[in-house]
Amino acid sequence: MSEGHSTYTPKSGLGRWVDARMPLPRLVYDSFIAYPVPRNLNYAWTFGGILSIMLVAQILTGVVLAMHYVSDTVLAFNSVEKIVRDVNQGWLLRYLHANGASFFFVAVYIHIFRGLYYGSYKAPRELLWILGCIIYLLMMATGFMGYVLPWGQMSFWGATVITGFFTAIPLVGEWVQQLLLGGFAVDNPTLNRFFSLHYLLPFMIAGVVVLHVWALHVTGQTNPTGIEVKTKGDTVPFSPHASAKDGFAMVIFLLVFAYFIFYIPNFLGHPDNYTEANPLKTPAHIVPEWYFLPFYAILRAITFNIGPINSKLGGVLAMFGAIAVLFVVPWLDTSKVRSAVYRPWYRLFFWLLVADAIFLGWLGSRPAEGAYVAMAQIGTLYYFAFFIVLMPLLGLIETPKRLPNSITEAVLEKHRRKAGDAAQPAAAPGHEA
Amino acid sequence: MPEEFASLSAMRCRAYAIERGQQARPTARKRRKDQAPVSATETHDPNRRDFLYIATGMAGVVGAAAAAWPFIDQMRPDASTLALASIEVDVSALEPGMSLTAKWRGKPVFIRNRTPEEIKSAQDVKLEDLKDPLARNANLPSDAKATDIDRSAGQGKENWLVMIGVCTHLGCIPLGQQGEYGGWFCPCHGSVYDTSGRIRHGPAPENMAIPAFEFISDTKIRIG
Repeated sequence: MSEGHSTYTPKSGLGRWVDARMPLPRLVYDSFIAYPVPRNLNYAWTFGGILSIMLVAQILTGVVLAMHYVSDTVLAFNSVEKIVRDVNQGWLLRYLHANGASFFFVAVYIHIFRGLYYGSYKAPRELLWILGCIIYLLMMATGFMGYVLPWGQMSFWGATVITGFFTAIPLVGEWVQQLLLGGFAVDNPTLNRFFSLHYLLPFMIAGVVVLHVWALHVTGQTNPTGIEVKTKGDTVPFSPHASAKDGFAMVIFLLVFAYFIFYIPNFLGHPDNYTEANPLKTPAHIVPEWYFLPFYAILRAITFNIGPINSKLGGVLAMFGAIAVLFVVPWLDTSKVRSAVYRPWYRLFFWLLVADAIFLGWLGSRPAEGAYVAMAQIGTLYYFAFFIVLMPLLGLIETPKRLPNSITEAVLEKHRRKAGDAAQPAAAPGHEA
Repeated sequence: MPEEFASLSAMRCRAYAIERGQQARPTARKRRKDQAPVSATETHDPNRRDFLYIATGMAGVVGAAAAAWPFIDQMRPDASTLALASIEVDVSALEPGMSLTAKWRGKPVFIRNRTPEEIKSAQDVKLEDLKDPLARNANLPSDAKATDIDRSAGQGKENWLVMIGVCTHLGCIPLGQQGEYGGWFCPCHGSVYDTSGRIRHGPAPENMAIPAFEFISDTKIRIG
């Protein structure tokens, strides 16, 4: 896809002068205007652009919130209330930032599942996928630390539970936890360093995003058929085709985002976080932010010792393993066919995985007792079975459907079928059952 | 140009060898004919240059680690946090069946004057029935068994239980006098402790920790 040569020709004298010295306009032109994208991209491919603007929006709102926020255990909670009540437009900026985190995760989950459905991680896009996984990890760290800053009850106890994970590490666990906390419990040093890192990490995300987009522009996008671009006819220029489609999807996405901000700004939060942190009283039921719930359910599903690994370490390993397994997906999937469109069995198990993730998310919000624990164990089992058993196995035993020869052929076939259906519904070609 | 370069490097090789008291290598000239120019650094035996490379590399690694250490070390608990390591608590107001919670190192410490029934029920438990057989008592050797006497403040003060009120699972604070053993119950993930603060079932792996403490008078405890 990367053509290897540029079609940019500066028109003005100034343009030529800049181009000979620092060809940034050329890079922009080649990457976002003339850049060829497959002609059959659907709306699932618009979330990369949506994620980019969400990152920019989070950084912008975050920078201005930091002008009013105070990272001190005595003052933090009230400084956040002050932002909402006293600071001009503060309510808007805070709700943009808090809900922005949630919508960032909505978009990233759709983006990740898009990749899993269409086999976007397969050669030659393994590094592209791994860079995405790194971004996701950084997002989780950033989201977690950001949630601690308002210093509510859930902030405090969420931080306590999550830093408690590290005590499960044999021998050095306690030391590592104290290193993270800067003390023996979550306290002022913890809040300060979390604020510092919460400010830093988004810029690291931006750095990895640059690498992610770079890798993308080397290999080019995949597309719903999973067939590589073969001729120029398989592609259209990024602008206006992809940029207009991305723009339209952003508008719809931001409309939903705006609905949350203006009508239900606290819907995704937890009411306990409007109670100031109290180190001597644990809320009856600690839950993390919704986007961590599936992993929280996996953590709590391991209630039994596995050989020398006790239940606590086992739970922590399972939870981190659930994320780590994503990194090796390119090598777990043995199928030569990329897209689930042509893989009937994989498609079925993929949708079961989506259902399983939602199911685990719901279980993560329930108390860890009785039938919920057993259900979480079943959900956890399926999650790991999907990646470790089904992915390698299906590639070996599944018979894929007939693949079109090219993107263009797939597109034309679809159009012909539509036209045929309209003209004479009975005589639709039936060769690709 | 490449010819000159090659003969120059061959000269260097020879000079080097002579410097080390060896014969010039005849291979240097031969190689020039059929192979790419030999670099000035290419020699076959470990020599002084290899040693310098490795030594420089090692010094670089050690230097980088030494430079990184302050950035890691600064994150550890600071002097003011460590200075709060000891507190004194007046327990004169605690009748049997009453508890208080003191804050030590940012964590709650439960101090309970246990009732005779609570002591009895804790003493009656067999060690085999315990999930964690160790006392986890900082005042005793680390292999002390989790008998009730070794969990309590000791002979003559069996009624006193002083322990860090943090669930050993993920750090929540258990609720007192709840759960099926009448001890503590952690609402976060369902760990149940008995009247001696020992884990009986649930995900927590250990008995609740007993900090270093001593009675400095009949009614005063120093923790830490």
